[in-house]
Amino acid sequence: MQALVKLENISKYFGSVIANENIHLEIFSGEALALLGENGAGKTTLSKMLFGMYKPSQGAIYINNRAVKLNSPKDAIDHGIGFVSQHFSLVPSLSVAENVVLAKEGGAILDLKKINEQVAATAKKFGLSLKPQAIVSELSVGEQQRVEILKALYRECKLLILDEPTAVLTPQDVRALFKTLKSLQEKGLAIIIITHKLDEVIEISDRVAILRHGKLVSTEITKETNARALANLMVGRDTIAVSRNTDHRVDEQILFAVKDLSLKNKRGLKVLKDISFNIHASEILGIAGVAGNGQTELLRVLNGLQKPDRGEAVLAKQKLSFNDSQHYNNLQIGRIPEDRHKATIADLSVAENLVLEHIEDFSKAGQLSKKAINQYANKLIKDFQIKAKANDKARTLSGGNLQKLILARTLAKEPKLLIVAQPTRGVDVGASEYVHQKLLEQKRNGAAILLISDDLDEVMRLSDRILVIYEGEIMAEFAAEDASREGLGLLMAGNRDAA
Amino acid sequence: MFGLKIERAPASLLQRFMIPIIAVAITFILASILILIAGANPLEVFYEILFKPFTKRTSRIEILVQATPLILTGVAVAFAFSAGYYNIGAEGQLYAGALAAALVGPKLAPLPQFMAIIIMLLAGFIAGALWALLPALLKVKLQVDEVVTTLLLNSVILFFISALLNGIWRDPISGWPKSPAIARSAEFPQIMARSRLHFGFIIALLSLLALWWVLKRTRFGLELKAVGLGKEAARFMNIKVAKTMLAAALISGGIAGIAGVSEVAGLHHYLIDGISPGYGYTGIIVATFGSLNALGIAFAGLFLALIDTGSLSASRSLGIPAYLGDVIQATLLLATLVALLLNNYQIRRKDA
Ligand SMILES: Nc1ncnc2c1ncn2[C@@H]1O[C@H](COP(=O)(O)OP(=O)(O)O)[C@@H](O)[C@H]1O
Ligand SMILES: [Mg+2]
Repeated sequence: MQALVKLENISKYFGSVIANENIHLEIFSGEALALLGENGAGKTTLSKMLFGMYKPSQGAIYINNRAVKLNSPKDAIDHGIGFVSQHFSLVPSLSVAENVVLAKEGGAILDLKKINEQVAATAKKFGLSLKPQAIVSELSVGEQQRVEILKALYRECKLLILDEPTAVLTPQDVRALFKTLKSLQEKGLAIIIITHKLDEVIEISDRVAILRHGKLVSTEITKETNARALANLMVGRDTIAVSRNTDHRVDEQILFAVKDLSLKNKRGLKVLKDISFNIHASEILGIAGVAGNGQTELLRVLNGLQKPDRGEAVLAKQKLSFNDSQHYNNLQIGRIPEDRHKATIADLSVAENLVLEHIEDFSKAGQLSKKAINQYANKLIKDFQIKAKANDKARTLSGGNLQKLILARTLAKEPKLLIVAQPTRGVDVGASEYVHQKLLEQKRNGAAILLISDDLDEVMRLSDRILVIYEGEIMAEFAAEDASREGLGLLMAGNRDAA
Repeated sequence: MFGLKIERAPASLLQRFMIPIIAVAITFILASILILIAGANPLEVFYEILFKPFTKRTSRIEILVQATPLILTGVAVAFAFSAGYYNIGAEGQLYAGALAAALVGPKLAPLPQFMAIIIMLLAGFIAGALWALLPALLKVKLQVDEVVTTLLLNSVILFFISALLNGIWRDPISGWPKSPAIARSAEFPQIMARSRLHFGFIIALLSLLALWWVLKRTRFGLELKAVGLGKEAARFMNIKVAKTMLAAALISGGIAGIAGVSEVAGLHHYLIDGISPGYGYTGIIVATFGSLNALGIAFAGLFLALIDTGSLSASRSLGIPAYLGDVIQATLLLATLVALLLNNYQIRRKDA
């Protein structure tokens, strides 16, 4: 059988970051291919290349055996490729039909009645229950996703790519989505579904392509494999030669205690479910989990950006007030955030970014002490090997250097509690190594450290104890030496029996 | 395939320097077309607008008189814009200040001049800030877009003042719609003999100094910029975003209010309709064209005042419409905005 779409030796580099390397993959009409991989494995990048949003650094894409250049989503659409991204691109104030038709070019005059009929016909043909006249902003997330799918179908796509479509859905919506996908498949469409939930892979797919660190490690026939084998492939059985933190001596004293944190999101879904844990002095507690399982929300709460619905956190007998970050300075809590760009200001200087969090130390009677600021900045730049000058705009820094900037301003205050998220995401190897060293140094100096990371290697390498979070809930706890990649991988994918 | 795409890429230093110059050039090319349509010689008109005013003492001074409210509203707008608060209401806040001056001014006769003037300034600042308060609160508490609310409030105060002027304030004898005159002690002194140039110009210069000092030298100024350049990050770095933005909005309104006081106390000595021909809006052009810094605003204020002064005399001597000055200013704003965009984004050819 001839492949509908064929990827030949596709690679994609972002500077020194390898997002995809030497990928060979074929997709056939009428099949559902699952793209499985940990966070950062390169799934989104691969699908964006198929949809013309990124240009491959190397390699070729064939559609029906003809080499094609996809320079824009329009090219991809013209070649029959549809993409439902993690972030919907709908106009909330317009109707379903208008959104669907907007996406298709041509024709200056809109005949609303005709459009509604056409869209209704397409929806009916593919069994999507949607009212063409409904206003998008009034639809549920599941329905909005259906509009995105309808958009692609209306443009007569032959291959539909869905990037983590279930991440935002309720279980009921997931059922409905899978039913839709099955029927599309029966109509001969090829489907690529991106996910990191093993049970979903098993349920929906015919074949599974597994990505790890940007490389395609294997393609499996779903029927001939099982969750455990897939988890192994996803996280890698081979414990790579990382030097693990083997000094698991921790202090007796519990420094930080979190109790029963619960939080609902705007849509009323529980995103944190009674989260409780303790961290001792001189201990690194790692929380492993696939992104989107409550880590971001937990961080927002602990970082003082959001109040939880219930629960408390106590640092050395002092309760945290959750929405007052000023309070954090006094309690000596250091925070290394998940997203560097939401914690630094690109158009301010390196020096300003270094001092802003503790600006009261650098001003007298409201006046800035420029000299003190520059001295301090130059010292940190030197101590933390930041490759930049004090007056450079933060915008000019590479990911690794920006991370060092945050590390510098946080660690220079010798925090008692350190809340660290994704400390090496998008950071090159050298800088990652440096960040890890610094965190271990803090541990030895007696800090309690909470480490939240999607990178399982990182969690295993640094932690003294590991928790696994899945759908807002702590699934299990391991002493670091008892944790195996397989066990963690299965738990991260929601397989409780592994505990 | 051939196509264009827009990429985020800061311009080089040379480009940054060239951009305002190019904006001006584009503006004058577009204006030339209009002048030709109006049946005049563009070169003659530009000479009249840009150079002629320098040849006479009165018009040289007139530029400074015109620049006074423009610099004040420019500084007002710059405070707000720096904090990412898009105050389009300087016009209304100016009128609030002018109204306060007209209300307080007549009662200050018993006071010595410096006291009276301080009270005038305070009253204007407070009135401007109060007029800015509601949209600012709506913004920080309920995330209501300030562009819309500040803009709408401009016409509210204009109608209110119009009602006062045509109602209780209407001069019973002459029938003129004007407020009672302010006390002599509340009038701004002239700062140059035989001219209209008044103390308000000094205040405008002081406001430039204040803008420079606050943004460059104070903790509040740094926090203000942080909020303007990255709200979320500012919040992460312990900055009270809502308070800072509110403060910026009120200061902005206050300074615009002072611009109103300056027009009343320095030039007219009573409040009339149309005391501002849109200084509050021109202030937006001044602040933007001056890239929100003190030196830039000083230049932009003087430049636009030159265009105002020059186009008035050009319309008289060459018979072209006086609105040409407005057109030039508006075109300049658009050209500046495009130029600013190009400062941070570059249009590139899409490589296949
Ligand atoms: N636009 C980008 N610029 C730089 N690095 C990127 C970009 N997009 C993705 N990456 C990096 O490429 C890798 C793969 O990312 P992605 O494809 O999003 O993974 P996944 O979707 O599997 O989670 C990650 O290391 C990510 O940081
Ligand atoms: Mg992804």
